[in-house]
Amino acid sequence: MTSEVALENVWIRFGDFVAARDINITIRAGEFFSFLGPSGCGKTTLLRAVSGFLEPSEGRVLIGGADMAGIGPNKRPTALIFQNLALFPLMSVWENITFALEVRGVGAARRRKRADELLELIALPGQGDKTVGELSGGQRQRVAIARALAAEPEVLLLDEPLSALDLKLRQRMRTELRDIQRRVGITFIYITHDQGEALTMSDNIAVMREGVIEQVGDGNTLYDRPNTAFVASFVGENNLFRGTVGAAERGAVTVETAAGALRARPATGAALAAGDDAFVFIRPESLRFDDAMEMENRIGAHIQRREFEGSFWQVFLDADGAEQPLKLSMVNDDAAAARRPGQRVTLGFAAELAVATRAGPLAAG
Amino acid sequence: MTALLQAAAARAPAARIGMALFVALFFAWLFGPLVLMGITAFNSSAFPRVSPWECFSVEWFEALAGDKALMEGLRNSVVIGLGVVALAVPTGLAGALMLMQVGERARPWYYSVVISPILIPGVVLGISTLVFWDRIGAMFGAGHKTFFYDGVFLTVIGQATFISAYCMLVFISRLQRFNPALHEAALDLGATQLQAFRKVLLPFLKPAIASAAVLAFLASFENYNTTVFTIASESTLTTVLAGKVRYGINPSVSALAVVIAAVTLLFAAVLEVARRRRQRAAAESEKIARGLLRSRTRKKPLLLEPALLMIVTVFVAGAGTAWFAGSIGLEECKAAVLEEKRRDAEERVRTFQQRQMFRRAAPQAN
Ligand SMILES: Nc1ncnc2c1ncn2[C@@H]1O[C@H](COP(=O)(O)OP(=O)(O)OP(=O)(O)O)[C@@H](O)[C@H]1O
Ligand SMILES: [Mg+2]
Repeated sequence: MTSEVALENVWIRFGDFVAARDINITIRAGEFFSFLGPSGCGKTTLLRAVSGFLEPSEGRVLIGGADMAGIGPNKRPTALIFQNLALFPLMSVWENITFALEVRGVGAARRRKRADELLELIALPGQGDKTVGELSGGQRQRVAIARALAAEPEVLLLDEPLSALDLKLRQRMRTELRDIQRRVGITFIYITHDQGEALTMSDNIAVMREGVIEQVGDGNTLYDRPNTAFVASFVGENNLFRGTVGAAERGAVTVETAAGALRARPATGAALAAGDDAFVFIRPESLRFDDAMEMENRIGAHIQRREFEGSFWQVFLDADGAEQPLKLSMVNDDAAAARRPGQRVTLGFAAELAVATRAGPLAAG
Repeated sequence: MTALLQAAAARAPAARIGMALFVALFFAWLFGPLVLMGITAFNSSAFPRVSPWECFSVEWFEALAGDKALMEGLRNSVVIGLGVVALAVPTGLAGALMLMQVGERARPWYYSVVISPILIPGVVLGISTLVFWDRIGAMFGAGHKTFFYDGVFLTVIGQATFISAYCMLVFISRLQRFNPALHEAALDLGATQLQAFRKVLLPFLKPAIASAAVLAFLASFENYNTTVFTIASESTLTTVLAGKVRYGINPSVSALAVVIAAVTLLFAAVLEVARRRRQRAAAESEKIARGLLRSRTRKKPLLLEPALLMIVTVFVAGAGTAWFAGSIGLEECKAAVLEEKRRDAEERVRTFQQRQMFRRAAPQAN
């Protein structure tokens, strides 16, 4: 069984501090949904409200259409995988996995059988008698997943479950998690501050900042059509130009920046008008060398340095009038190899690939 | 301390010798009285002393076993100790759990209140327990044969007031290392609060429960200040001993000290061996996690650990040897000592008489 999860006008306050501000979101049944945001933006808090460890100060949490107000964590059809896993250190692996069955009074023989099935699912067959301390980080991770699945939840909540793993293992576990989700077919709500994780695994992603949901959409939408400056700067890499709107028409705005007037597609809901402070974002892979001087937006720049990354080059440039260096990615071919530090170049990009947002807070770093 | 020693060693031989001397003095100060007392237990002299040494004997151990008042006190002490464990450990646990639950602001207040019995003098606790239960007993019109006036009952209650605070401290330090996420994980997986407590928190607290129980028992066993008031017409080991000191002691008290020290040492040894076993098991687990080891080695029963077997053997052999050595030739030795004493006394009498004669003769010489 799988269930839809909905948050309606959810506010969560700790004293004067607002950890979640008017959250409205619907997560479809059977979906892999991620909350993505920097540390401290309220992701764990929101998840705790869904799992029942925390009642929202205002608003409603609905699971499968039922209002969860007053229903404790042990009565909700959710299972949570904690940020630090919280495996029971004094129990063996199989006892950990079947804890949910034990508290329901299932006999030892049936529990053992179920544990073996789940160990098979998480690719740890025959390891049930080990203690938790005898597992490696990645194995513990998988045991935590099996333990949560044994409770047969309708919704599985995962709080940065991969953050403690090294890079290689993390990448492997991403694929495994996605696989497991497809096989069991229940709703996964996944929390992360790692956009790579969110983009590779999720059907839909909510980007959070300081207790507010900035945008909800699939990975492609967030990357190509960010609605706010924060999303544009947080998801993927972006070059930024600050300025004021000169002229706004349907489907295109002109922003006066230190690098000149740049034309860009306005972000959805940005409602930019002449005189507004605005940001223009262009992705490194959308930025081109425009030797022929034929693109809509052109910027003069010097090549500062370049980094070779195998299949492509990262070129860093000092643009005329820009505060920070620009970044340009290009496929590794002869033309790229000819670009040397110190060269004077003209950069260009198409207006429909650039996004103009309302000026606002940016992601750190 | 070791760092200090190393620093001293690095400096100069003189400093090294000074340091060694200091350490020796320190240990002599700590254990000297105990060692001396232990030795007196084996001296047949009727007063506990090391010199003059008379005969090696174990008769004071036999005297100890035959001392009715002491044995009665010992029995009461054990009963009271167990009673205190049964009362103070759960109370202390409840107090510690409560501390984790109360709000951030109330916590220091709560802590001060529940910890205060430790700071109140035992004498005051003893008197107040006596007065309190007397009033309660009077309220119910209970007679002097009822438990309101029963020494053992009152002592258990009185001691538990402050010993449960000790236990609470033990539990608090353990609980501070508990990961509250484990409790939440249990709830999240469908456990009731009670199940989460029983299956997750309680197993975690097991070692603390054991140490709290030992601590409670020992604190009760050695308590005098409170007990002397609450025990009424009964007696415990400490009150009997105190009474004996007042009327002059014999070495059976030393023998008791030896027995208690031996039991304590044995117990400490068992604990240490158990601790090392746990450490080894943890190291093994770590190796398995890192793939350096395939599976755990099978565990022997604790009592079959070589270290423990050896210690037990040494103890039993020591006791047996003492018993054997103390019983052979004891009578002859005692007779010899007696004979020597008699001769000593005669000698003294003779010297005395001679001196008297000399004195009488002296004035004429002057
Ligand atoms: N019980 C609480 N009392 C007061 N403030 C809290 C409490 N729980 C969380 N907060 C605050 O709410 C904010 C959001 O915390 P939360 O743990 O949800 O962040 P997060 O997005 O999960 O961060 P991270 O990625 O570091 O885990 C933080 O500023 C935190 O200090
Ligand atoms: Mg968090």
